[in-house]
Amino acid sequence: MTAEEWQIVWFTAWVSALSTLLILPVGLAAAWLLARRDWPGKSLVQTVVMMPLVMPPVATGLILLKLLGRRGPLGRFLHETLDLDVIFTWRGVLIALGVMSFPLLVLSARIAFEQVNPRFEQIARTLGAGEARVFFTITLPLAWRGILGGMTLAFARALGEFGATIMVAGNIPGRTSTLSLSIFQHVQLGQDAQAYRLLGVSVALAFLAVWTSECLLLRPRR
Amino acid sequence: MNGTSIYPIHPIHPIPTVNLLLKNISLPLADFSIEVDVELQSQVTAIFGPSGSGKTSLLDLIAGLRRPASAFIQLDSRVLTNTAEETFVPPRLREMGYVPQDLALFPHLSVRQNLLYGQKSESRASPLFSFGHITGVLEIQPLARRRVTDLSGGERQRVALARALLTSPRLLLLDEPLRSLDEALKAKIIPYLHRVRDEFKLPMLYVTHDRQEVLALCDEVLELKRGRITKRTRANARDWPIMNNEP
Repeated sequence: MTAEEWQIVWFTAWVSALSTLLILPVGLAAAWLLARRDWPGKSLVQTVVMMPLVMPPVATGLILLKLLGRRGPLGRFLHETLDLDVIFTWRGVLIALGVMSFPLLVLSARIAFEQVNPRFEQIARTLGAGEARVFFTITLPLAWRGILGGMTLAFARALGEFGATIMVAGNIPGRTSTLSLSIFQHVQLGQDAQAYRLLGVSVALAFLAVWTSECLLLRPRR
Repeated sequence: MNGTSIYPIHPIHPIPTVNLLLKNISLPLADFSIEVDVELQSQVTAIFGPSGSGKTSLLDLIAGLRRPASAFIQLDSRVLTNTAEETFVPPRLREMGYVPQDLALFPHLSVRQNLLYGQKSESRASPLFSFGHITGVLEIQPLARRRVTDLSGGERQRVALARALLTSPRLLLLDEPLRSLDEALKAKIIPYLHRVRDEFKLPMLYVTHDRQEVLALCDEVLELKRGRITKRTRANARDWPIMNNEP
């Protein structure tokens, strides 16, 4: 492994982990609202949340490119007020990964919340707990396995993301190159040895992520 | 709209221990609606009826876990629900100890953590409702470090009862507390319920479909059928003869 390859591995791992952490609060809030509350437009929001999962990733990437480019509504705002550029930077990678893995997190967390018996929450209220306390002491602890599973899926999805990332961030060596993008490029250039090395690392990372969560999810013996 | 009880308000005890007004209650359920209009003053009132008669929904309504179409609910001097004026005290402020049918002991917490979940700080609670006193009366101190999933049926009942009592409630709502227990265990738990009744002097609504339990514990019986009170009597052997237990 060359220094450049290590840089790619390290970048992919931390940007995937960071995107999973960043979407966690929003994802949990969305999942809870979808699982526990009825409100107008709920089915519509649910559908929109799921879109990145069912659309071609490249199409999602194109939408992000148009939104976040300097001439796009969000991109112009970020550039003019905060002097931040997103397209072709690591921030673009982060956003692409977050958007692409968001549905998996919400889907898992929603199911996890729905599986918590609402009776526990109701009785907690009769015991004097307000809504925040009910959520943090009852709902969240009882749903954490499903949420952790959702985070693993989201992280794994981010590790392997290709289509949206290449649209938003390109494949700039040392700046936005991720494992998937580099593997593709090496194969294109006939550099099989490099491609296989990165392939090995991808397999190891994915294996570690899933295995870690499986170990955490194993019910403790009693 | 109007409650359909044809029974006039008739306090059974000369000195009421509680005054629970359930006026003009209307709560639509899937098959029928609960229509109740009653004033309760007995210490232990049984709500008796077959399954599916709306007993649990009535308790949920009183605890504030369900929103009625219309209702005026007042416990002693405090109005808890008044749909006419859009008054609705949330469940956490109602000061009711609710022991639901499935007990709802929090499975991820220890017995001790369950017990302390709703405890009033010792300074605000009277010594009567202190941790030591309640766990002593119900004989559950030795269980404190256990996991709730390791408890036997009778132990679970007592822990759920203690957890409700530790909130220093003004009213205890018990939903078929002996339902899942066999006869031998029932006989063991009933004395604890007696103790709670006599020691804490708390008013209780006791949902059941077992006539023996009514006689053993309650002062008065409301019979509920399809959401309506069809009969109201004292709970003694003369007024409430033990017949074949209803299915």
